[in-house]
Amino acid sequence: MTFASIVYAVLFYGATAILLIGVGLRIARYARTPAPLKIPTTPAPTSRGGVIGRMASEVVFFYSLFKANKWIWILAWVFHLALLLVLLRHLRYFIDPVWEWVVLIQPFGVYAGFAMLAGLIGLWIRRIFVERIRYISAPSDHLMLGLLIAIAASGLAMKYLWHVDVTAVKVFFVGLMRFEIHSLPAEPLLLLHLALVAALMIVFPFSKLLHAPGVFFSPTRNQADNPREQRHTSWAARVEHTGAAAPANRGAPVPNARSED
Amino acid sequence: MADFETPEVKEYLDMPELQPGAMSHSKPFVSRDEFQGPLGFPGELVDDWQHVALAKLAELLNKNRGLQVFMDACVKCGACTDKCHYFLGTSDPRNMPVARQDLLRNVYRRYFTWPGRLFPKLVGAQDLTEDVLDQWYSYFHQCSECRRCSVYCPYGIDTAEITMATREIMNAVGKGQKYSNEIIGKVFKIGNNLGLPQPALKDTLEGLEEEVKEDTGVDVRYPLDEKGADVLLVTPSADFFAEPHVDGLIGYGKVFHQAGISWTLSSHASEAANFGLFIGSPENMRKIALRVREAAEELGVKRIVFGECGHAWRVAYSFLNTLAGPFDFLDPRYPVPQHICEVTHELIQRGALTLDKSANDHRRVTFHDSCNVARASRMGNTPGGQFTIPREIIQAVCNHYYDMPADTIGEATFCCGGGGGLLTDDLMELRVKGALPRMQALRQVVEEEGVTHLAAICAICKSQFAKVLPYYGFEMDQIVSVHQLVSDAIVLDPAKQTT
Repeated sequence: MTFASIVYAVLFYGATAILLIGVGLRIARYARTPAPLKIPTTPAPTSRGGVIGRMASEVVFFYSLFKANKWIWILAWVFHLALLLVLLRHLRYFIDPVWEWVVLIQPFGVYAGFAMLAGLIGLWIRRIFVERIRYISAPSDHLMLGLLIAIAASGLAMKYLWHVDVTAVKVFFVGLMRFEIHSLPAEPLLLLHLALVAALMIVFPFSKLLHAPGVFFSPTRNQADNPREQRHTSWAARVEHTGAAAPANRGAPVPNARSED
Repeated sequence: MADFETPEVKEYLDMPELQPGAMSHSKPFVSRDEFQGPLGFPGELVDDWQHVALAKLAELLNKNRGLQVFMDACVKCGACTDKCHYFLGTSDPRNMPVARQDLLRNVYRRYFTWPGRLFPKLVGAQDLTEDVLDQWYSYFHQCSECRRCSVYCPYGIDTAEITMATREIMNAVGKGQKYSNEIIGKVFKIGNNLGLPQPALKDTLEGLEEEVKEDTGVDVRYPLDEKGADVLLVTPSADFFAEPHVDGLIGYGKVFHQAGISWTLSSHASEAANFGLFIGSPENMRKIALRVREAAEELGVKRIVFGECGHAWRVAYSFLNTLAGPFDFLDPRYPVPQHICEVTHELIQRGALTLDKSANDHRRVTFHDSCNVARASRMGNTPGGQFTIPREIIQAVCNHYYDMPADTIGEATFCCGGGGGLLTDDLMELRVKGALPRMQALRQVVEEEGVTHLAAICAICKSQFAKVLPYYGFEMDQIVSVHQLVSDAIVLDPAKQTT
């Protein structure tokens, strides 16, 4: 077993822990924080089922972004869809025997790698050359694109230019999942690819990547438009928190303090 | 007329070249002790304002899920950058919604996130300095809380929520806005934004009765504080005498008269507007909202109906039940509250009103969707009723109706430029420039369809248009109330008397 194997084992245990715990804590915080008032962006669905449909249209098709800007939409949507396929394709490094459907998507996953790269480069071009978007970009916004592009490029390079022993890689990762450390091929490109992926996992809970869990908690999208029919009562939670209760002379006591959405 | 240039209205809305700092001088008058006190805010900037501000931000993050998610979720994709009327009208990049949000988000990142604490430059995090507070005061008073950006954000980030939160933080440190806070104080003291006491209201309403009698020969009543009426009408106080608002109020009275519905106004709740929303202060918003409940209980009414006012309808429709409910003492057959347009629309649907459309033949009308009605509320039973109901009313009383271009109405509607607590003379430049996208759309239907009048259902929109239309070469009386159109078309039946 090499030194690199141990370093990368520690790195991936650490990165996984930070990703899961960090995002878990963030989700817990979003879920715990009350939404004091009904603020869906209208027209909005009036029922729970309708809200699920609206949320699906956002998460699956980026519907609001589609309405906003077709260029950003196509680039972002291609990138995310491709990323999903690429991630699913990578399941084969963690599962033994590999599930049938993961085998089926392998060829698509490879093309998705190129699509992902194309989407990311397109987004970066916009970020650099569209004056408005350049204005709102911090260095970290450029770095994030650079990181994702480097991950995609190093992955594709291993597939097409400098092959690595993927069987050994699989042995390493399946081993990690069983708390055994096997030897990781010491290919520079592989080590780079894996280090970048670990970096992405580590920054996830502290960065704008929180948009992924965040969208599900966005009150303008996840609330039903039914304030007249159903009294929204998380308001009380807000008042309780401060202790600065509004004048107590009015209104009936509020039943459930922590509410639905 | 003023020391700024009115933007040129072109055939198409141009994407402006960025002019950083173009509007950094725009600031409303700062509030004073006498206006801050009644709202529970310090009278001037407190000594340790940074600590107070950060503590307030921490509190709001704990109490408002929307704010917390909106601070974290933005990926700077740029979808919102060309959506704000103030950006389109001023070219100031800080008026791009994401850049406006970043004024608060950068401070949030600096004090509440690890990357911001460790690598502020990398993530654009900023210390909370006097300069930042100054920029907050300027640019968070260049947002009309219209929510247009939230329609287009892939995560539904609503700049209005961030503006409200920042204004609440500024009030907490003693840097409030005079216009909004003085007005809220008047509501607490007298009952309405304009400070009209009960005798003045009574006088005005009697004057309206005489005027309508003279015009039509019919005794239409405009009752005040009448116990036992079926309907409590809560309307913006501008409706009592501003033009064209008052013609709308005359219209409501005629509708109730024809329908045989007994109704009353209240001097206690003589204001539908609720500026507590604008300053992001739920406590003050609730105090104003409770006056409506108190009036309804006091007068023993069965229904509550709101007059034409955009943000008032948002507070009424979306928040009233939460803030001042439950309203189980009212007639359960009617939603609480109702919009006057819902009432009129329903009466038209069942043929309860006799309408002479030709009375409006001298007008070719278009309709301005007010932002709070369009994107923060609903009318009727189906989503989008807030768009169809006012249009169906207009089309029932006018022969000539034309919509403005589709990307400027409905959920995509452009703000009039004066909403969200900015309808004050000390922000005139902002108001004129912010009206550009709406003026551009109006010009198009004026040229293509010969439109002569712009109808609206919001007191702020009406006041704003009356003021800014002349800057763009239109006449100030081209803005009309929807119920003014109804008022002119309705055929009154003298026999129908309500008591």
